[in-house]
Amino acid sequence: MKKKLRNIINDSSSVFALILILALWQFISSSGLVPKYMLPSPFDVVMAFVNDFSLLMGHAKTTLMEALLGLSVGTALGFVIAVLMDRFNLFEKSVYPIIILTQTVPTVAIAPLLVLWLGYGLLPKVALIILTTFFPITVSLLEGFHSADKDALNLLKAMGANRMQCFVHIKLPGALNHFFSGLKISVSYSVVGAVIAEWLGGLSGLGVYMTRVRKSYSFDKMFAVIFFISIISLVLMYGISYLKKALMPWENKKN
Amino acid sequence: MEKLTTESITVSYEGKKTIEDISIKLNKGEIVSILGVSGVGKTTLFNVIAGLIKPDSGKVFLDGRDITNTTGNTSYMLQKDLLLPYKTIIDNVSLPLVIRGEKKSKAREYASKYFEEFGLKGTENKYPHQLSGGMRQRAALLRTYLFSDQVALLDEPFSALDSITKTSMHQWFLKVMEQIKLSSLLITHDIDEAILLSDRIYIMSGSPGKITDEIIVDEPKPRSRDFLVSESFLKYKKRILDELES
Repeated sequence: MKKKLRNIINDSSSVFALILILALWQFISSSGLVPKYMLPSPFDVVMAFVNDFSLLMGHAKTTLMEALLGLSVGTALGFVIAVLMDRFNLFEKSVYPIIILTQTVPTVAIAPLLVLWLGYGLLPKVALIILTTFFPITVSLLEGFHSADKDALNLLKAMGANRMQCFVHIKLPGALNHFFSGLKISVSYSVVGAVIAEWLGGLSGLGVYMTRVRKSYSFDKMFAVIFFISIISLVLMYGISYLKKALMPWENKKN
Repeated sequence: MEKLTTESITVSYEGKKTIEDISIKLNKGEIVSILGVSGVGKTTLFNVIAGLIKPDSGKVFLDGRDITNTTGNTSYMLQKDLLLPYKTIIDNVSLPLVIRGEKKSKAREYASKYFEEFGLKGTENKYPHQLSGGMRQRAALLRTYLFSDQVALLDEPFSALDSITKTSMHQWFLKVMEQIKLSSLLITHDIDEAILLSDRIYIMSGSPGKITDEIIVDEPKPRSRDFLVSESFLKYKKRILDELES
């Protein structure tokens, strides 16, 4: 009971802080402390969002499609690499450092290259998203595979289980928790990756919309699309949590 | 009739002998304990019998057939119940059948017949963390039994339980064993437990570990709790203590 009360206070405290920041922002902007064309008020941002709603939805559709396509392929690729690394020690030793290296290259730096190689269509965007999303999946899955209980594996081996059965019954379900932590990161990377790739060229997408409104100095629309992207990421992350609950029913029954 | 025998098994680890010249036998339907201090190599011996470790020399026979270095013949149960947290109890206990290639639904159906006998009725669709430690060990023993009704290797199965739960688990164990007649090798460092549960006791001691004595517990079964405070029980206990001292 006490815990519940504390939770409510904790939850509402963040909402309260958010309201406070918005109020402060609204005050700074409407009082003229900062000129309105540089910092639109929260109200202006909401209005910009409402006015451009159908346009934003159209662009969002493109971005989401790229993000989900890239994320699916990235996840599949990450899964395959993690399985291979777990299965073949040599593969892990030789490929892991290279994969780490690819992650030190900033996304913004390779995006123009991808556009030059693959054109202005869907391909460079999806390629960039794959490059950024497979990594968290591989790392988290691999850690999950490695954390499998040695005694449980021995027990299954003693039962006469083959490698595949050990994988299906012990390693894979044991790594699900890790997998979903990785997927949560990848899903937000996928949206950001899509937007960055769209900055560099394309006909539609939230990144394209962003470049256009920036060129016309529409700060209110700029803010509107930034918040919109955040909200999309949040909704997708929430979706992952929901998926995790559905796929891991034993976790819900704890206590 | 001899069910399982080992023939002078010697194992070394990193150049040092851990167990030497272990020859034991287990008759059909018997419960035999291997009693010794921690680290004497009891678990190593079990791993050899289960086929998980290759011995330097020596052989393991099941029904006269050489099973050295092969898995899947004898079942295995540890102090940790090793029930998989993401499987329900029925799926956990029927896992050995699924590993053997049985269909999931068939395996469940077969396993469910034993829930009553093992005192597990009503737990079928629960997850392991919803059960008490004692109940989890019951499920682990049922899984062990479904894995192989030939020979069970029980590695300190009750040592993680509190002493009250342990006492009731002993009674439960004797009752279930009376019904299923599973030939069992039991590792323990609990002298009372060894005397109460076993038909015979091997004492293992020294470094490298060797079998230093064999004690036959010639008492009628089923044994009740009263046996634990009887004259004859104390005589067995004294003999074992003397042996471990020397």
